[in-house]
Amino acid sequence: MATDVQQKSDVTHHYLRAKKKFPNVWCAGCGNGIVMGALIRAIDRLGLDKDGVAVVSGIGCSSRLPVYLDFNTLHTTHGRALAFATGVKFAKPELKVIVITGDGDALAIGGNHFIHACRRNIDITTILINNKIYGMTGGQFSPTTTAGAHATTAPYGNYEKQFDISKLAIAAGASYVARGTVYHVQQLEKLIQGAISKKGFAVVEAVSNCHTYYGRMNREGDAVAMIGWMKDHAMPIQAAVKLPPEKMAGKFVTGLLHETDATEFCEEYRMLVERLAAKEESK
Amino acid sequence: MTNNKQNRARLLQGNEACVQGALYAGLNFFAGYPITPSTEIAEGLSRELPKIGGKFIQMEDEIGSIAAVIGASNAGSKAMTATSGPGFSLMQENIGYAYMTETPCVIVDVQRGGPSTGLPTKISQSDIMQARWGTHGDYTAITLAPSSVKECFEQTVRAFNLSERFRTPVTVLTDEVLGHMREMMIIPEPGELEVRHRIKPDVPADWYKHFELTANFVSPMAAFGEGYRYNVSGLTHDQAGFPTNVAAEIKEKLDKLKLKIERFSDEIVNLRTEMMDDAKIAVISCGTVARAAIQAVKIARENRLKVGAIQPLTLWPFPDAQIRELLANVRKVVVAELNMGQVVHEIRRIVPDHTEVYFLGRYDGEVMPPQQIFEKIKEVK
Repeated sequence: MATDVQQKSDVTHHYLRAKKKFPNVWCAGCGNGIVMGALIRAIDRLGLDKDGVAVVSGIGCSSRLPVYLDFNTLHTTHGRALAFATGVKFAKPELKVIVITGDGDALAIGGNHFIHACRRNIDITTILINNKIYGMTGGQFSPTTTAGAHATTAPYGNYEKQFDISKLAIAAGASYVARGTVYHVQQLEKLIQGAISKKGFAVVEAVSNCHTYYGRMNREGDAVAMIGWMKDHAMPIQAAVKLPPEKMAGKFVTGLLHETDATEFCEEYRMLVERLAAKEESK
Repeated sequence: MTNNKQNRARLLQGNEACVQGALYAGLNFFAGYPITPSTEIAEGLSRELPKIGGKFIQMEDEIGSIAAVIGASNAGSKAMTATSGPGFSLMQENIGYAYMTETPCVIVDVQRGGPSTGLPTKISQSDIMQARWGTHGDYTAITLAPSSVKECFEQTVRAFNLSERFRTPVTVLTDEVLGHMREMMIIPEPGELEVRHRIKPDVPADWYKHFELTANFVSPMAAFGEGYRYNVSGLTHDQAGFPTNVAAEIKEKLDKLKLKIERFSDEIVNLRTEMMDDAKIAVISCGTVARAAIQAVKIARENRLKVGAIQPLTLWPFPDAQIRELLANVRKVVVAELNMGQVVHEIRRIVPDHTEVYFLGRYDGEVMPPQQIFEKIKEVK
């Protein structure tokens, strides 16, 4: 066991930036670090070349993640990570492009880019860390904050409706849609691995905890309690499909929720370029 | 005309000339969103780029367009977008990101009347200050202002050269009339105009700093995927690209953005004069208005008035020293613009106290005819 931990930590360090000034910006117990670890191990398993990976993010706690990683990293403006990433990927399709975003970043200010990246089916893996709140600005409600939950801008309880991230991504045309949690780390790692391997637009929602704001304002306890809640309420899709609706009340489904094969955007464009070249030659 | 020249003669719109100029400069990535009166640029590039293996993408909005352009530039492309007033406004936050991250890219703004949706099909020059001060924070901008179809071509090439040379976004300000009017031009042969590329690092990856402070303040730039694995952030950062809150590093970064352009403004500033040698009155104007100003000067000369014209082809950095020198013996200046007064403030800022500055503005969506400028000259003489 000790050697296993040692090995894992060696792997992690191999992908962290030696020159970056640590510690990181996250609160102790934050799920972002767990997602970062899962991402690193998924990339390591896939044996990707560090030079061939670009990690792009927007603004928010989760979006600070790429800065610590020893890849080509682009920390952009709020909500726009997917649009920047589209430019990177389309300009250099040989790069593996991964976007790290949060619920506010991807679904509120960046909602337009999110649905259009799904629609284009461009080969980008999006890891959407969903902690149901704006952490960096101090705990305002987001498009995924639970109805009735308290936030600094919802002092009387949230009176807005929520986005279902996976349904949104599926409806908009994503090729691979999955949900994991920061409790179920091995599953999360596998889902990220699958997403990166998928040729097309892939979304992995990582259900995470913001005990600092969400937990405190909604009496959901500390990091351990909030992550424990995930353990008790997550239902793998294989089991969920067999359960009657009443047994699913209060639970949420995890695992690979949707996978389909459709022509990828850069591929489609490459074929167009080839068609035009062939036409030119036959002239 | 030689046969060769005839083959390269084209009757082009200003917007089409921007397309041709961009391709000449080596453009290989365009992202844009439809907006009048700039759309012909996107349409032209959607036809041309796939034929040469370049990339064309129509994004979901202007914010995404400039974001994709910046992403592509960091992946090594020569990238551009084209828009008009409302789209230019939407792009401003990410244009600031390009200044901060020192990402070369070109933005063509085909000006129309504003504010807001304004006059989509009418001429204006009201984005001159937006091109300089549009995004928040401190930075120094480069903006070029062509006045003919040929200049649309040349200034677009120049915009790419300057953006690559200085690692900064460059704006080309044209307008609705210039974008849509047709003139004959000879497409330069390859090699006839200079085409510049960003400087690549020549150090091992371990030594590379994406924002290294160099003697001329411009850092060599590696692209994603070339083995350098750097961080790019819109947060104020140190030379390696990591966010900083250290006062000395913050100041160093902001000084770099300013000095890399200001110290080398002689390379950027470009203006044209007409009959300024013995002029007592000068008409200063740019873009489409400059064409009328030159005509007005000719009419004035026929009426024995010693009038000359100055046309800045570079609006930002503003040609302070050059214009000041030209105005040494000039007592009266007429600044003619299609707005309520933008360049005129720069002229008032730089002229000696004894120089009288008169403003002639038009903002009703119509072009300014030479006669209108001549009337103003007669009024102030």
